[in-house]
Amino acid sequence: MHDLYQNQRAMRQMRRMAIQRGVVALLDIGTSKAACLILRFDGSEGLLDSDDIGSMAGQSSFRVIGAATTRARGVRFGEVDAMQETELAIRTVVQAAQKMAQVRVDHVIACFSGARPRSYGLDGSIQVDGAVVDDQHVGAVLAACDMPDYGVDREVLHAQPVNFALDTRSGLSDPRGHIGHKLSSDLHLLTVDSSIIQNLLFCLKRCDLEVAGLASSAYVSGISSLVEDEQELGAACIDLGGGTTGISVFMRKHMIYADAVRMGGDHITSDISMGLQIPQATAERIKTFYGGTHATGMDDREMIEIGGETGDWHHDRRTVSRAELIGIMRPRVEEILEEVRLRLDAAGFEHLPSQQIVLTGGGSQIPGLDALATKILGQQVRIGRPLRVQGLPQSATGPGFSAAVGLALFAAHPQDEWWDFDIPLEGDAQRSFKRAVRWFKENW
Amino acid sequence: MRSLRRLFGQARTRSPFRDPAPTRWAYRYQRWMLTPAFRRFVHVGVPILCVAAIAASWFSQDANRARFTGAVDEIKVSFQHRPEFMVDRMEITGANISVAAAVQALVTHDFPVSSWDMDLPRLQDRVTELAAVEHAVVRIRGGGVLEIAVDERAPVAIWRHTDGLRLIDANGEMIAIINARADRADLPLIVGEGAMAQMNEAMALFATARPVADRVRGLARIGARRWDLVLDRGQRIMLPEADAAGALQRVMALHQGQDLMERDIVAVDMRNPARPTVRMGAMAVMGLYPAGDIE
Repeated sequence: MHDLYQNQRAMRQMRRMAIQRGVVALLDIGTSKAACLILRFDGSEGLLDSDDIGSMAGQSSFRVIGAATTRARGVRFGEVDAMQETELAIRTVVQAAQKMAQVRVDHVIACFSGARPRSYGLDGSIQVDGAVVDDQHVGAVLAACDMPDYGVDREVLHAQPVNFALDTRSGLSDPRGHIGHKLSSDLHLLTVDSSIIQNLLFCLKRCDLEVAGLASSAYVSGISSLVEDEQELGAACIDLGGGTTGISVFMRKHMIYADAVRMGGDHITSDISMGLQIPQATAERIKTFYGGTHATGMDDREMIEIGGETGDWHHDRRTVSRAELIGIMRPRVEEILEEVRLRLDAAGFEHLPSQQIVLTGGGSQIPGLDALATKILGQQVRIGRPLRVQGLPQSATGPGFSAAVGLALFAAHPQDEWWDFDIPLEGDAQRSFKRAVRWFKENW
Repeated sequence: MRSLRRLFGQARTRSPFRDPAPTRWAYRYQRWMLTPAFRRFVHVGVPILCVAAIAASWFSQDANRARFTGAVDEIKVSFQHRPEFMVDRMEITGANISVAAAVQALVTHDFPVSSWDMDLPRLQDRVTELAAVEHAVVRIRGGGVLEIAVDERAPVAIWRHTDGLRLIDANGEMIAIINARADRADLPLIVGEGAMAQMNEAMALFATARPVADRVRGLARIGARRWDLVLDRGQRIMLPEADAAGALQRVMALHQGQDLMERDIVAVDMRNPARPTVRMGAMAVMGLYPAGDIE
C-alpha cells in the first residue's frame, strides 16, 4: 500500500511537471475507440490554486490543440487484451494528435473503463486536541481511515476525501484552519484490478510516454457531463461505452460511488450480428444508422438491406425491417439499464436528495434511449454531452468524448486525493520536539 | 499468430485495408522531428556539417588547394585590372618645375597600373616629406588620373649661411637652395645663427621697417639673441632682445619725423631702450666739430 502511495505521488509529481511544461496528452482508451486530446496550458497558476470551481470550471486556462481518434483494437471490456494491438492504437492516435498539434508530448494522462472498479466508503478520525487543523492533521486523518481488505491483486485508483467533520460539524469541504477536538473524514476509495493497470502502463511505456495520471473513465465522464448543480445535489452519470457501461454517482461535487457494468454497445452489435447473421462491421453500421429502442408502425415498412458477400444472390439480397432491428436491440439495452439499476440500488442511490441520471457515452446516441431509461431508471433522465472546452474540434464534441473531455477537466482541476497529503511522520522524538517548540512559543 | 505470420513473411500479402498504425520507428521519428532542438539540428546543422565535410575533404588535397588559390588570384587580378580601376597618367598640380620633378621621381609605378596596386597614403607621406612641400593630397581622379595636388611652402625670406643662400618659409623651414641673391631679389635677407627660429619676429620687423623698405639689406641675428637691421650705406639699427619691434618703431618714427636714416649715421643703437644712441659718420662728426676739437 505504501508502494502505491509512492507510485501515485510520483504520478502526481509528473502531472505537475507536465502542467509546468504546458503540454499534456489525454488518452481515453476505450473498447471501441481510442481518443487522444493534447492540452496546452497557458499561464494558469492562479486558476489552479483556487479551490473552488469557477464560472469556467477551471477550463479557461487550457486549450485543446490536438485531437485524434481511432478505432480501438486489442481492448475488450475496457481492458487491454492484446498488448501489441493496443500499443498500435495508442501510437496511431498519439501520432495523429501530435501531428495536429505540431508539438511533441511526453506526458500522458490515461483513463480506462474496465478493470472491475469497486467502490469503498471509508471513514477515520483522529484527536486534534483543540489545535488548529493543518495539512498534517488532514494527512493523518486520511491515513487513519481503516483500509478494507480489497484483495492483493487490486490497486487503489482513486482515494478522495469527500467529507470532513470536526466534532459535531459535518460537511466541511476543507477543515484546515478550524479548531476542534476530533477530526474525522470520509474517504471514497476506488480499486481496480492491478494486472489491468500494469498492462496499460506497459503499453504506454512502450509508446515512450510518461504516465502523469490514471483515472477511471466513469469518474471523468461524470465530471464533464454533469452540470454543477447535479454534481452538488446528487446525480449519476451512466457512460454507455463500447464494452462497459460506467456508473458514477456524484454528491456535493465529489464522486461517492463508481461501478461498471461489463456490457455495452459492442454487445448490442454482436446481438445484431448474431441475430441477423451478418458481419460485425455491417451490424455496427446498421446499428448506428437505423438503431432505436421504440418500434412504430412505420418501422415495419422501413426495410434495411443487410447485404452479404457470399455470392449467393438470395443471401446477399436479404433485407430486414427496422422493427426487427429494434426488436433485437431493445432487450439488450434494457438488460444493460436493468443492470445499472441494480448497481444504483445497491449503492443506495434512492437516498440522494436529487436523483438525476445523465446518460452519456457513445451508446447514449441510440434514438429513444431516454424514454426507455425513464422507464427503468426513474423520471429524471437526460442525455448528457460533455462540457465545451476551448479548441475542441467539432468532431470531438459528441457524447462519445465525454471521458476524454472529462480528463481535460481532471487534468486542469485535479481533485485532492489522499496522496496529495503527506503521511505524518510517526515518531515520539519529533512530536516531543514540536511540543517543546510550541511550549516556547506560548511562554516566551 | 500474427507475429508468427509476420516472421515467416506471409504478411507481405497486401490487405485491402491499410493499417493506419505507424511503425515503431515512424512513430519515434515523428516524435523526434517534433522536438524543436532536434528539428533545428536536422534542418540547419546537418546540411552545414555535410557541406563543411565535403569542402574539408576537397581542400585536404594539395592540388585542389593550389587550384583554388590560383583561381582566386586569377579572379582577383582580372577584377583589379578592369579598365575602371586602371590609372594611366599622373597630374601634378600646384608645384613648380623642380618640385614636380622631385615628386615625379617618387612615383615609381609604370603606368598604366591598377589602382589596387598603389599605396596612396604612403605616396602621400613621401610627397609630403619633400622639403619644398608643405602639404600634399594624392588621389585618383575619375578617368584614371593620379592627381597629386601639392601645396608648396611659400618662401618668405632668404637665409644666408656659410655654404650659400637658402629660401625659408614663415615657419623657418628651409625650402631650397638658390645660387644668387638676385634670383629672389623680392625677398629679404636674414643672416646669423639662430635666425630661423625667430622667423615670426623677423617678419614683424620687416613689416615695421616698411618706411625704409627700399633701403633694407637684411636682418642679422647677433649672438643668437637679438637683431640688427642692416640698411644700405652700411647703416645698422641695433635692436634690443626684448620688444625689438617697438624699438624699431621708435626709430622709424624718428626717421619719418626727421629723416634720421637719410643723414650721415653709421648706426642707431637701441640695445638699451632707455638710452638710444646714434653713431654718426665721420663726415658728420667733422661738420659738427671743427677740426681739432675732437681730440
